[in-house]
This record gives sequence, C-alpha cells and structure tokens, in this order.
Amino acid sequence: MIAFIIRRLFQSVLVLLAIALIAFALFNYVGDPVSNMAGQDATPQQREALRHELGLDHSFIVQFARFVGRAAHGDFGLSYQEARPVGQIIVEKAPATLELSLVAALMALILGVPMGVYTGLHRNSFLSQVMLTGSLIGISLPTFLIGILLILVFSVTLGWLPSYGRGPVVHIGWWTTGLLTLGGWRAIILPATTLALFQMTLVMRLVRSEMIEVLRTDYIKFARARGLSRRAINFGHALKNTLVPVITITGLQLGAIIAFAIITETVFQWPGMGLMFIQAVTFADIPVMAAYLVLVGCFFVVINLVVDLLYYVVDPRLRIERRHAANV
Amino acid sequence: MSELAARAPVAAWPHRYRLRRLLDSDLWWSFRKSPVTMVAAWVAAVIVIEAVMAPWAAPHNPYDLASLNLLDATNPPGWLHGGNWAYPLGTDNQGRDVLSAMLYGTRLSLIVGVSAVALAMVLGVALGLIAGWCGGFVDSVIMRVADVQLSFPAILIALLIDGVARSVLPHAMQGEIALYVLVAAIALSTWVHFARTVRGSTLVERNKEYVQAARVIGVRPSRIVIGHLLPNVIGPVLVITTISLATAILTEATLSFLGVGLPPTEPSLGTLIRVGNDYLMSGDWWIAIFPGAWLALLILSVNLLGDWLRDALNPRLR
Repeated sequence: MIAFIIRRLFQSVLVLLAIALIAFALFNYVGDPVSNMAGQDATPQQREALRHELGLDHSFIVQFARFVGRAAHGDFGLSYQEARPVGQIIVEKAPATLELSLVAALMALILGVPMGVYTGLHRNSFLSQVMLTGSLIGISLPTFLIGILLILVFSVTLGWLPSYGRGPVVHIGWWTTGLLTLGGWRAIILPATTLALFQMTLVMRLVRSEMIEVLRTDYIKFARARGLSRRAINFGHALKNTLVPVITITGLQLGAIIAFAIITETVFQWPGMGLMFIQAVTFADIPVMAAYLVLVGCFFVVINLVVDLLYYVVDPRLRIERRHAANV
Repeated sequence: MSELAARAPVAAWPHRYRLRRLLDSDLWWSFRKSPVTMVAAWVAAVIVIEAVMAPWAAPHNPYDLASLNLLDATNPPGWLHGGNWAYPLGTDNQGRDVLSAMLYGTRLSLIVGVSAVALAMVLGVALGLIAGWCGGFVDSVIMRVADVQLSFPAILIALLIDGVARSVLPHAMQGEIALYVLVAAIALSTWVHFARTVRGSTLVERNKEYVQAARVIGVRPSRIVIGHLLPNVIGPVLVITTISLATAILTEATLSFLGVGLPPTEPSLGTLIRVGNDYLMSGDWWIAIFPGAWLALLILSVNLLGDWLRDALNPRLR
C-alpha cells in the first residue's frame, strides 16, 4: 500500500515536472522575451543588460529551476496583453470559473443520479426511453451549440435570463461571488446548465448500467427472498454498490468540467479563466498561457491522484489482488 | 456457414466473392435489422455527398468575394417575411448564402476530421505495434505518455497544441497553415485510443503459434509485425476510427468556434456558428442555427454508426 502511494506520488511529480518543462519552453523559447520587453530602439548593451537581469544568460537547468521556484510562488511574470502580473489576473478570474464548475457539477449529480436510478429500475417504461434518447442527443450536441440554443430560447425569444456575464457580484476578501445576489443566480443558470448537460447524461448512463448490473447479482436476489421492501433493496443495497464507479468517474469528470468551461465561458462571455485562456491563445499572450497550463496541469494531477487513492481505499478487492500479485 | 466465412481473413478470398460475402455476413444482417442505423447511414451519406459535391450542389460560391453584395446581408430564410428564395436559408452578415457556406463548410470540416483521424490512426497503430512488440522500456515510455495524455480531455490537448503552434509560427502564415495545424492538433489529441487498443491485441497475438512459427523460419521482425501481426490486430481499430471521426469533427468545430481553428475567410461549420453567434442577439438566428443543426446531425449519425459497429463486431453481444 505504502509502496503504491509512493510510486503514484513519484509519477505525479514527474508529470508535473514535464508540464512545467513545456510551460517553461513556451515561456522562454517562443518569441524573444527580450525584444518583447525592450523597446524598438534599445541598444545592444541595454538588451544584454536586460538579458542578464532576466537571468537568460544562465544555463538551461538554472533557468528551469528558477522558473519552477517562481511558479511555486505564483509568479508567472507580466501578461503581454494587460501588462499586469499574471498571478493577479488569475486570482481575479478563478472564483468565476470555480463557482460555475461547482454549480454545474452539483446540477449534474443531483439530476443525473435519480434519472439513472429511474431508467435502471424501469428499463422499458416510456419515460426511460425518452430520457435515453434525450441523453444520446445530449452527448451528440456540441457544448457550444447547446449554449447557443439556450441563449436563443431563454434570452432572445423569451427574454427571461441574461445571455452574458456574471451579473452583480459580492466581494468577500479577494473572492468574488455571484451566488449571494439574485442577478448572479439568474446569470449562472444558463451557463451552468450548458456545462452540466453532458456530465448529467454521462452520470445518468453510468448509474443506469451499474444499477442493471447490480440488480442481477445474487445478493439482490437473496435480499428479495428475505422479503425486504423494494425501497430498501433498490436504495439501501443496489444504489450503494453502484456509487463506487460513480464517485470515480465524477471525480475524473471535474477535470473535464474545467476544460469544457473554456467553451461555456466563451459562449456566455463568463469572466473566468477559460475565457482568459482563449484570449491569451488568440493574442499569443504566452505568460498567461504558461500559467494556465501549469495551473490546470496541477489540478488534473491532483484529481487523478486522489481518485486513484480513493479507489484503492474504497475497493478492498484491489488491495487483495495487489498483495496476491506481490506474493507470487 | 456464413459466420465461419465472416471470420476468415479477408485477403484469402478472391476479389469477385467479396461483395457476395459482404451481403451474406453478420455485419450486413445486423445492419438491415436496425432501422436506426440505416437512417443514420442515409443521413451521413447525404451529408457527405452534399459536401463532396458542394461546388456543384451549392447555389452560390461563398469564396467568390466579388459576388457578395452587402445589400443582401442578413436576409432571412426564403419562407420567412422578407426572405429571398435565391438564398433558401438566408444570408450572413456579409451577404453570403448560408446554404452554400454550410455545404462548403461541411466539406472543410470533413477534410479536417478525416485527415486528423487518418493521421491519428497511422500514428497510434504504429506506436501501439511498437510498444506491444518491443515491450520493456519502449513500451513503458509510450504507455506512460499515453496514460498522462488520457487523463487530460482531448479538447484541452488540441487547444494547447493549437495555441502553441500559433505563437511559434509567424502571424502572416497562420491563415494558410491553419488547416494543417488543426489536423495535427486533433490527431495528436486522439492517437492514444488507437495505440492502447493495438498494443493490447499485439500483446495477445505476439505469443500465438503463427508468430512463433514465423520467427522460427527466420522472417524479419519488421515483416512479422507488418505482414502477420498488423492484419490480426486491425479489427477493433475500425470501431475506434468511426467513433474518433465523430470526436474529431466535434473538436474541429469547437476549436473553430473558439476562434482558434479555421479563419472566417474559409469557414468550416464551427467558424460559421461562431460568426452567427455574434448576430444571435439581433434576432438573425439562421446564420448560426442551420450550420449548427447540420453539424449536430452529422455527429449524431456518425456516432450512431459507430455504436452499431461496436455492437455488431463484439462477439459477446451476438
């Protein structure tokens, strides 16, 4: 067990270093930072001085180590586009993305799990067929198209909900939240629905197939034979045992939500990190790109690590198999 | 009988029997049995043929800037008030016929999608074969890279590759090479699925007797891998190709929608939706909605075909 954790941690560190290396290469070798920062009419001496000041005359390894050290302190240099520290921009934009992702994830779970249970229990009912067909469309429709359709229906035609922005926000320290104002809630409904729809269909299909699988097992038959109520069997025994893969997949999907937030934020002009990243890509704002890359990379590595370890804790079979394999 | 025949290697049969075999096979039977699949196949065929025939099928040439007239800009579709039947699905902000732009756009989307999947397939199959055949260090390096990449969503990888390529390449060249950058970015984000599957089957096949026999009589390793192993591991690749095609078209559309794909001068379906999105608030819905519906229809039908193929080729479900 400990050996497994150490090996897994070691792998994560390697992956993080690889991501940092890519970000560093982007930062230092794409374009010339000196000509980006020095003016057109800087003399060669001034350029050389700037080069020295930025530490660009050191060896590759020293420069890389410095980059990692600064990144660990959240220092990614100045944005080319806004001429402000990148760390500051990210701190401003992060709450918007995190709030949107959280609301979307909760929405996907709260709606997806009951729908999955229902379609798993009543496989041939009309409502199940409707939900399954709907989920197929949900998977096939591109995220941005769902967003556009929602805007067309609820903002343009009906005029019920705003189509862009976060609405009024409340400052709590450095964190800004839209969840304490009515306007903020109105603004988050459409983007969160857009982001949640794909995850919701995924959760629903997963819960459904797991339910069908579990309901076939002997212990469910035995529970029925003992005369337990349907409710106790379906929720106490069956649903509980489907939740292991659901937790894992949902955990992994948190990463996907962050990635798809890029698309949703672009459609709804939501002022978060995804929109920031897309603007950085279009303007070739490399410090922002590098910072986003490192940040999202860390996020993914941590999620994967946690999910792997959780899996190990939750499923005792894995532990036994590994011990067995080690003995042989 | 037909079941045995369907499992025999294709190359062993003389050419003229192939059509007969196809019509007798399980695959064709399960195709005929599933009405949803047949409809999906028809829809996909219509969309692809329209796209290939775009220069003849489209009423206007959307690339011919001289024919555009700003007076015709944002015309509604023909059946609505103020519409003009010369532009059946209306016109966009520059007076471009939406129907024609859509057909040409589908063409570009398909070109990008098909080339990206082909590239990903070649790359993935080659790396999978190498990993499975060589084993050891080579195998673990390739598979670790694949594992890491798989833990990130494909769209993010494609976006990053595209973004890096954009900042590396000179600004003036970007319009011309956007297509190649896009193909490479999508291919590099999807090769993993091919590599993993092929590696898995290679690990099984490499210990079988025919491979050992080939080794014993002194066939060169490169010849064993390409001539003996490849035909036997290629089956599942077909299914992944179909599903990857849907994903690739979707990724292309998403990147173009985000403004980092194909430029507005040569719009793909995603670019058209992006342009239309800006006019949504002023009520000109047709610029975004028709290309969007067309895209959704294409992806849905390719996905359905992929699902069917997966079930039909899965021996456990027979």
